[in-house]
Amino acid sequence: MTGFVDTIAREPKSLVGRIAKDAIITGIIVFILGSQLVGIETIDDPQGLRFETRYLDVLAAVLIVAGGRAGLHLLRAAIAWPVLIGSVVFSAIAIGSTFNEGWQLLPFSNPIVDWIFAMAGVFLAIRSVVVLIRGRAPAGKPTSTMDMISAQTQRFSPYAALAMIGFALLLPVLFPERRVVDMGILVLTYCMLGWGLNVVVGLAGLLDLGYVAFYAVGAYSYALFAHYFDWSFWACLPLAGAMAAFFGLILGFPVLRLRGDYLAIVTLGFGEMIRVILINWWWFTGGPDGIRDIPRPTFFGLAFEKTAAEGVATFHSVFGPILDIEFEPLHRIIYLYYIILLLSMIVCAFTLRLRRLPIGRAWEALREDETACRALGINPRNTKLTAFAIGAMIGGFGGAFFATRQGFISPESFTFIESAVILAIVVLGGLGSQLGVVLAAAILIGLPEIFRELADFRMLAFGAGMVLIMIWRPRGFLAHRDPTVLLHGKKAQRAGPRAMASEGAG
Amino acid sequence: MELFLQLLINGLTLGAIYGLIAIGYTMVYGIIGMINFAHGDIYMIGAFHAIITFLILGVLGISWVPLALLTMLIFSVILTAMYGWTVERIAYRPLRGSFRLAPLISAIGMSIFLQNYVQLLQGARNKPLQPMIKGGFVLSDETAYFTLQLGYLQIFIVAVTIVLMIVFTLVITRTALGRAQRACEQDQKMAALLGVNVDRTISITFVIGASLAAVAGLMVSLYYGVVDFFIGFLAGIKAFTAAVLGGIGSIPGAMLGGIAIGLIEAFWSGYFSVEYKDVAAFALLILVLIFRPTGLLGKPEIEKV
Repeated sequence: MTGFVDTIAREPKSLVGRIAKDAIITGIIVFILGSQLVGIETIDDPQGLRFETRYLDVLAAVLIVAGGRAGLHLLRAAIAWPVLIGSVVFSAIAIGSTFNEGWQLLPFSNPIVDWIFAMAGVFLAIRSVVVLIRGRAPAGKPTSTMDMISAQTQRFSPYAALAMIGFALLLPVLFPERRVVDMGILVLTYCMLGWGLNVVVGLAGLLDLGYVAFYAVGAYSYALFAHYFDWSFWACLPLAGAMAAFFGLILGFPVLRLRGDYLAIVTLGFGEMIRVILINWWWFTGGPDGIRDIPRPTFFGLAFEKTAAEGVATFHSVFGPILDIEFEPLHRIIYLYYIILLLSMIVCAFTLRLRRLPIGRAWEALREDETACRALGINPRNTKLTAFAIGAMIGGFGGAFFATRQGFISPESFTFIESAVILAIVVLGGLGSQLGVVLAAAILIGLPEIFRELADFRMLAFGAGMVLIMIWRPRGFLAHRDPTVLLHGKKAQRAGPRAMASEGAG
Repeated sequence: MELFLQLLINGLTLGAIYGLIAIGYTMVYGIIGMINFAHGDIYMIGAFHAIITFLILGVLGISWVPLALLTMLIFSVILTAMYGWTVERIAYRPLRGSFRLAPLISAIGMSIFLQNYVQLLQGARNKPLQPMIKGGFVLSDETAYFTLQLGYLQIFIVAVTIVLMIVFTLVITRTALGRAQRACEQDQKMAALLGVNVDRTISITFVIGASLAAVAGLMVSLYYGVVDFFIGFLAGIKAFTAAVLGGIGSIPGAMLGGIAIGLIEAFWSGYFSVEYKDVAAFALLILVLIFRPTGLLGKPEIEKV
């Protein structure tokens, strides 16, 4: 209300005056924020702590952010030329100073900071070009295009999925490099975990912040069975899933009465408890040192090693003469890649089918309205427990695979951040969307792997990226979603999409 | 008996700190219904501001302890409050009214960002701080194992917490700001219709939460004498556990929950094992929630159909 009055009161002021005032306020805020953490660097000496100042950096940051803010305001007022020129010049300076020592106009000691600011400049330049082409200010809702794309993707999802599977199948053939295949394995692992968590969060609507606990249970079950009983990967895989599902039930029983965020904190606590127990139960789990020499998976008993142990044949010694191949370490990686591809495809098909079963529909109904479900005779306790157990089981499979791929596990790998990443994949992809999970996994896991040069800035960019994507698409990339099951099939929906939509929303 | 008393003192001190952080969680949850995951990192930033201010004071030659403490407190609170405000403005305000999980993911992203921001700017190593308040009352040194001691610093921490709680309670119950805050907690739309500036009230909530967290950060850096960029995570989880334990949304509950968590940790480490103190805290949480699903002081959630 007061905001409205303020706008009217401020109207007579000149545009430039308003923008200048806003930019100055922004600059002051940036200065306050940076005055200690950026401006003063603490250095620990043997004598104690001392500090050095970096106030040039603060000054540069203040000017750049205030300038950028002013540029955005100008664009909103459809004044594009000065912004375009300013941002292009600035980006040129920023990029130039990363290459050329003599050009060094920006004070930042790390060229990556120059790059980040240059990217911001490029973004501003692109936006001003858009404004110039359209001849008007950017629309208030720039997401509508993306909504359309996601709706289209949804329609063509069977074809997109087929294309993706085809690509995934051919990936090791197209790019037989260790780096690429390794990345493929990583992305597929997270896809699988994402699909597993999707059952709990996306379908049943139970916010689980401790998913990594089940991942850890799966990994440790396999590692411990292999360590103490010498069981093979393929024998342990179902066991790992069963163990994880059992833990899901253990956690599920006491907490099912809780709702929403209470559940979230209990699951988070459970995840931490598992990790603390793994660290401190050292005589059984190896403690912080973890377990090493976890056996690699074999291909029907054939090992992927140069020289195998007594009584074990190797892959290349059997297939070498037939396929005319020599021993190569890459074969093992490619084999692992196909294992995870197979596993994740099974999980994907499994969860897709589950949705159509009565239990899947019960999950979705429970997510929408628990009271109504109770009235309709759905047992919320059993329904939630199955969601928990199935989600946990998939996490357990993922964990067993992780253990066999790494060959070494320690509690370090199962921190909260891992849970957060998996949850972020599910939410960023668009809750409940199978394709969205793939897209989000590729972006969240693939991109940081590609930008390894960012080094220390990788996690910084990761965090900032999560915030930005959420602001850009609060419901995830592929948020548009048709109901899984329709009363009268697709035809009825096409006949009355509006009626269906309002029903779905209700 | 001496051991019991000593653990009680330690637990109360720790609990006061957890309680201060927990208030930030519970207030934000009460008003916009989101878990502010970045709050633990705001507290970490508060601790860093305290240490940096201390270093500047050292160069300026100010060594009179009360003045130094006051300056550290003021700087830490103002700068950290600014961070709280900015985080809300950048990461949460655009998502207001969006679906439930969006602000949560944004908050987790913000938490990762802030941790790495501080790590990049200040380095990953521990930052030590010389003890500023030394000594204490020796209550008994009869036993051969240890002396029962009530440190001045512990008195300082508990006293500051009590003063802050009184001021804070007065602000919430007696001022126009507090009234607006409670109004927004009950019904944002109605509050807006009655002329309450909802956006500003929410911003101020974040500023208050961050200020209390900054005080907690200052006290932790004094108490433990060492700070690094990762302290926010565990303290954040514990404080949030405290907020849930006390009944999320309830401010006295947050303090109570904080003290409960502090005492559990102290007693468990003293009598059983230090390693499993976190497990004990979470196990207590699960137990309480089984029997009282809304926490100790939480209002039962009435579900309307």
